[in-house]
Amino acid sequence: MKLFDSKTEWTTFLVAGVVLLLLLPGLNAFTGPDSFFHVSGFQLSLWGKYITYAVLAMSLNLLWGYTGLLCLCQSLFFALGGYAFGMYLMLMIGERGAYKSQLPDFMVFLGYQELPVHWVPFYNFWFAAGAVLWVPGLVALVFGFLAFRSRIKGVYFSILTQALTYAACLLFFRNDFTFGGNNGFTDFKEILGADINSPSTLRWLFACSVILMGLTYLLIAWLINTKFGKVQQAIRDSENRVRFSGYSTTHYKLLIFVLSAMIAGAAGALYVPQVGIINPSEMTAAKSLDVVVWVALGGRGTKLGPIIGAVVVNMLKSFATRAYPDSWLIILGMIFILVVLFMPNGLVGLPAQLKGWYARRRAAAALSSTGEAPSEA
Amino acid sequence: MILILLLPAMLCAEQRPLRDVLMDLALEDYEDPEGLLNELGSHGDPFIKEFVESWRTGEVLLLERGPDQPPLVLHRYAEEYHDLESDAVVSLTQAEEESLSKARPSRKLRRELVKIIDTIDLANPNEQVRIDAARKLGLSRNEEYIPVLQRRLGAEESARARRALEEAIIINQLDRTEATEDIMEAVVRLGDLKSVAGRDLVEDYLEAAEESGNEELAAASRRALRRIDEHMAWVEQLGNRFRGMSLGSVLLMVSFGLAITFGLMGIINMAHGEFIAIGGYTCYLVQNAFAAAFGPQSAAYQWFFIVSLPVSFVVAALIGIGFEKSFIRFLYRRPLESLLATWGLSMVMQQVYRLVFGAANVQVNTPGLLVGNFELWGASLSYTRIFVIGFAILTVIATWLLLTRTNLGLYIRAVMQNRHMAASLGIPVSRVNTLTFAFGCGLASLAGVVLSQLGNVGPSMGQAYIVDSFMVVVAGSVGNLLGAGVSAMGIGLVDQFLQPAMGPVMGKITVFAVIILFLQWKPGGLFPTKSRSLED
Repeated sequence: MKLFDSKTEWTTFLVAGVVLLLLLPGLNAFTGPDSFFHVSGFQLSLWGKYITYAVLAMSLNLLWGYTGLLCLCQSLFFALGGYAFGMYLMLMIGERGAYKSQLPDFMVFLGYQELPVHWVPFYNFWFAAGAVLWVPGLVALVFGFLAFRSRIKGVYFSILTQALTYAACLLFFRNDFTFGGNNGFTDFKEILGADINSPSTLRWLFACSVILMGLTYLLIAWLINTKFGKVQQAIRDSENRVRFSGYSTTHYKLLIFVLSAMIAGAAGALYVPQVGIINPSEMTAAKSLDVVVWVALGGRGTKLGPIIGAVVVNMLKSFATRAYPDSWLIILGMIFILVVLFMPNGLVGLPAQLKGWYARRRAAAALSSTGEAPSEA
Repeated sequence: MILILLLPAMLCAEQRPLRDVLMDLALEDYEDPEGLLNELGSHGDPFIKEFVESWRTGEVLLLERGPDQPPLVLHRYAEEYHDLESDAVVSLTQAEEESLSKARPSRKLRRELVKIIDTIDLANPNEQVRIDAARKLGLSRNEEYIPVLQRRLGAEESARARRALEEAIIINQLDRTEATEDIMEAVVRLGDLKSVAGRDLVEDYLEAAEESGNEELAAASRRALRRIDEHMAWVEQLGNRFRGMSLGSVLLMVSFGLAITFGLMGIINMAHGEFIAIGGYTCYLVQNAFAAAFGPQSAAYQWFFIVSLPVSFVVAALIGIGFEKSFIRFLYRRPLESLLATWGLSMVMQQVYRLVFGAANVQVNTPGLLVGNFELWGASLSYTRIFVIGFAILTVIATWLLLTRTNLGLYIRAVMQNRHMAASLGIPVSRVNTLTFAFGCGLASLAGVVLSQLGNVGPSMGQAYIVDSFMVVVAGSVGNLLGAGVSAMGIGLVDQFLQPAMGPVMGKITVFAVIILFLQWKPGGLFPTKSRSLED
């Protein structure tokens, strides 16, 4: 079983793992707030958020980069995972809410007398953790089955997944859908008995996000070198040929779709406690397209690209929404356009692209200089 | 009864000018106040309302002109004195102004006058105003109005207005009648008239009849109720279908542009919604320009809407050409990449709108031409929506003519079928692309102008329609105009049918589910292109 392409990749993975898993939380725990090396709790959650976004981008990359399915409902799966875990967190608030009731605040506000039946199992942490995976997985299974069975592919698949996200978003915006309407869930208090805002919980959540990212990375690294992964990439390159060779592409695509939905759901579940809120605006089609641009900017179909893309775009966003709040959307839109036009392989492919471009320039220059009268070198 | 028959004859005999009647009234120059008031009531002039109001508040003044002459009646409004008889402005000296005495109607007269004012619209020259007035009086359920209503019923010529009057009379009468036969007759009549206003009344009688065990009346009431309900259901159906068609028309215009650009160039234009907004904003700018040039009260101002149609088409087409030339032409036949790049474009455009016009919606007025409703079998259809449907039909015809009757259309179809073959045969493919893209953008912007009359004009106005119109394009086979037309109408209608029952959100979700299931049955949409080649 070969997980890494090169020794460099292996060392990078190891170093990144040590830095993220030990160094950053360690700096947060063991240095004073005045120290130059101190990593504040805010910084740690911010990076935790970036990392969950990176996992989301990796899940999309699995679909788009390796299977050629441009899925625009990745943010829906992410939000579903977040909502499933958010339900657990809401119930853990207990009577500490604004209305001092066993019910979550928004239910008191909307006049519920008792907890809806489908909320009850979410008192159990492990049930919620399971739902984080199977709820997005189930949605993906049903939708994917219908879509792939009728051989919806390419742009049609994108349009339909976009519409799915749109429909789900409308649904979650409703107050009577029992998920808090447009306010969603917020004001969490504790997770597994620990105060959710305490520094140690933040460190644990951060560490979990890093582990999830590492595991996802390993899973994808392993998957793309298996026979399954090869078929998956063949589907991306020419689906009909794969079908004619006797593979049921529907099953392959369905499996990868469900898997990717589950990864996105897990990322969403870790996102919610670190950010402290989940609401339907997380599952708009625009969010899904944001994920696409992370992957595209980082480098689609590469293992590292989605991580780089997610972190770079989100750091840029954190910076630009404060420095130039009016022009952030223009910047993001321009990134979309420029990446599509000029950087087909993203940031990861940029060195190779520049090298090729430079080589061609040199070759052309050499050709023209030999064609004309030779000038002094 | 005889009186009722005679009245129209009396009315038709001779109608004195309104101002003469008002003069008599103000100077108390009458022997028979009843007759004078009736005479006043037969005038449907809204001026009466104005005058009575002035009279009540002491703005009608008398100027004595000597013993043998009647005093001059002055009506003060707009800070000037007007001679009531001729409406001419009269300038008074200081002394004259001080000698003015206020004319005030007596208490009894005032009561009568109020009644006349309430019923004045019954004689309005506009049919619709008359009908609305009759309905209002019916709903007031005040028996005092019965004689007036009956008098108008005799004089009324329009069948629809007669029905409204009759309905109002029956409802008012039913309130005070006790005799069972009369009630019976009235209930049956209300059923015949399919009176929506009388429904509650009939229901009350049904309840009363069931309690008192009057089977006959109960049965008649039930029958009447059923007839009324059937009529109401029909009106609602008609209204829904109509709203659905107008929504479908907008979708149609939007999705035509999408279908053409996708079918021809393989471009999924996610910024199509922002071209809709171009239409809305152009309409807004043209409106403001007209208001600045002609003033918002002028007749010319009302033309802003018509003018903004071609203007917005040209503006959007030019912007479309700019984008096509600058980067979209590099994305032909790369649908996924084009989807991303145009999404980026759409973000940029939306933000630019926000920066230029503000994040809030802007106000586009309804031009005078499109104000009001058209009544069809009891359902009222707004002129705006009728216009939308008509305009969409025109657009379809124009597109069809463009595609089948012009050289450009021939080229477009050739490039759609086989881009390389068309290029080898000397068709200027890149120019055809540019023009088609511009045409698609123009169509979207026309839809935006039309939408300014149905919804809001704001930076993200296109977003609400873009998902729907993508569904239209997918369900109706991409690149197929007939398919786009049929599915736009279908989706618009289904949407409007489901909305009242399930609410807008569940309606939308159901439409989406239906489309997914429909694609299970017909994966290529309504009219898939038959081809032997394998796309890959």
